[in-house]
Amino acid sequence: MREMTFTNAAREGLTEEMARDPSIFVVGEGIGARGGNFNTTTGLYELYGPERLRDTPISERGFTGLCTGAAMTGARPVVDFMFLDFLLDGMGELINQTAKIQYMSDGRVPMPIVFRGSIGIVGASATHHSGNYYPIFTHLPGFRVVVPTTPRDAKGLLKTAIRSDDPVFFLEHKALLNSKGPVPEEEYLIPFGQAEIRLAGSDATVVAIAAMVNRTLEACAELAGEGIAVEVIDPRTLAPLDIDTILESVHKTGRLLIVDEDFAPSGIGAEIAAQVMALAFNDLDAPIARLNGVHTPTPYSPSLEAAVIPNTKRIVEAIRDLLAE
Amino acid sequence: MESTTTHALSDNPGELGTLPDKQVLLALYRTMVVIRRTEEQLAKAYLSGLIHGACHTYIGEEAVATGVCAHLRIDDAIFSTHRGHGHALAKGVTPRELMAELFGRVTGCSHGRGGSMHLFAPEVGLMGTSGIVGPSMLMAAGAGYSFKLLKTDRVGVAFFGDGAVNNGAFHEGINMASIWDLPVIFVCENNMYATEVPFASATRNTDVAARGAIYGLPGIAVDGNDVLAVWHAAAEAVRRARAGEGPTLLECRTYRTRSHSEGMRDAGYRTREEVDEWRTRDPITTFRRHVLADGHVITDELARIDAEVEELATDALAFAQNSPWPDPATAADHIFSAK
Repeated sequence: MREMTFTNAAREGLTEEMARDPSIFVVGEGIGARGGNFNTTTGLYELYGPERLRDTPISERGFTGLCTGAAMTGARPVVDFMFLDFLLDGMGELINQTAKIQYMSDGRVPMPIVFRGSIGIVGASATHHSGNYYPIFTHLPGFRVVVPTTPRDAKGLLKTAIRSDDPVFFLEHKALLNSKGPVPEEEYLIPFGQAEIRLAGSDATVVAIAAMVNRTLEACAELAGEGIAVEVIDPRTLAPLDIDTILESVHKTGRLLIVDEDFAPSGIGAEIAAQVMALAFNDLDAPIARLNGVHTPTPYSPSLEAAVIPNTKRIVEAIRDLLAE
Repeated sequence: MESTTTHALSDNPGELGTLPDKQVLLALYRTMVVIRRTEEQLAKAYLSGLIHGACHTYIGEEAVATGVCAHLRIDDAIFSTHRGHGHALAKGVTPRELMAELFGRVTGCSHGRGGSMHLFAPEVGLMGTSGIVGPSMLMAAGAGYSFKLLKTDRVGVAFFGDGAVNNGAFHEGINMASIWDLPVIFVCENNMYATEVPFASATRNTDVAARGAIYGLPGIAVDGNDVLAVWHAAAEAVRRARAGEGPTLLECRTYRTRSHSEGMRDAGYRTREEVDEWRTRDPITTFRRHVLADGHVITDELARIDAEVEELATDALAFAQNSPWPDPATAADHIFSAK
């Protein structure tokens, strides 16, 4: 199978969907002729022109609200925030309008809109270009939240996001953008709510999110040398969350660790832990463990930055601690 | 670039252009009366405890929604405010559906999910009233974006008050609509108070229409209590939008003669004299006087409308009171699409 980068695979998905449906348009800063800061739209402006590849003023609140109105009236906007941190100016529109319109209209007004942006702590980006934020959106009724980790998933999940009539956050971890992987030639879509088992094992279950999937796989490779077989689950979508795949794994392993670069308090790990406790308490042989990024704004200096992210060594330790319980 | 013009406010209804034909005059009158009579029922119902949440009336401001919506088709989209009953009725929501919504009944236009501040009727192009000040301007710009992208001649309309024009959404929405020539009409209902905060204390320059020049679009000020002045200005704004000539900012200077919200006190921030003075400029009575004096319509024609609308409002009250409540089992339906 051919190999592509995460970014190129996602862009191929966007290109295919734009060819298929003329009501799709993209807005963002520098997503026109420039092709996007992260090459999310490279080459598309030449194909589809300024109306469908709309460079915007720096008006995040404005174009969030504008695209919400467009989604209500027949178009299918893709809002490219570049860095997800930039979306925060639009939170009032997102939470009070975008998320609630389908419900308030009792299902009569659809909301086919995709919000994409880069997330994650990489390369001394510092605190205004490093946020993850996804638990904010999973907390609220009305949003779908997608965190792909492979090029194949990036393409298949973006196509599903664009065809969805719900507001979808498509969040691209900066550590993954240039990673390569196999991508099928033929068309495919990946449904929401289906986790992927990245590594099969029977000693412990690790649910890893976004860039933590690869870190965890590195840690597991190290432990495999000692005969420890860890099962690694990539949820791929956080809302909806495929709890069944996690429960099946915990039933087999009896031990669960959630590895998440984002913060622990009120985070995804807390939610997964609560659900597993409620639904599979008797399967557990040890308390559920979490390994998270440090609960702090993101520092700049490489020595400080490294100190706030779970690394392979810490993941290995966390798995060992879990097995020792 | 269009030059920006600001009309002087007129003391004479209809001075800005020739009178529309009689059917239009009667239709304008009827819409204003439908809004007035329905809201009078709502105000009474509020006192009787039949309305469970907020109720912001539009009484005194009927000419704005009426004059603007008279030019809209069912497939044009309007986005409204917390004071949105008039917009809903003028766009085609029935008094029954409006009243039932405020009564929390399943027959309401939002099926009981919204109440006064969340009226939805996409079937007639009411894309929502809102409990938040400002978003209507952004979402109407988005409707304009859709309609242009999809190569239709539909238009988006944002209604908002003077309280919204110092919000960032005014700047961002109007700026984007202007640079992209979107088919949008921004209708500012300047009723001089944001709840109880006088507009003059919220901005140094109270001339909203003049702000059009900042964004390079026409800014027009009209007497918002004169339905014909609104009608004429809106005609041109809608024509421009449909013709692909871009957005217009329309400032309608008007006044709310009841309190901000039913059940609230209405004193301490404006004088009784000021309210009484505006009551003499009531949009319905001045319009009646004008069209009757000029002989365009006769008293009987207006009386027939009065009687018909009276019955409509009474019927709406009975309909709402007798309508069923929504099924509690549906409380979390339609958070997501069925697709």
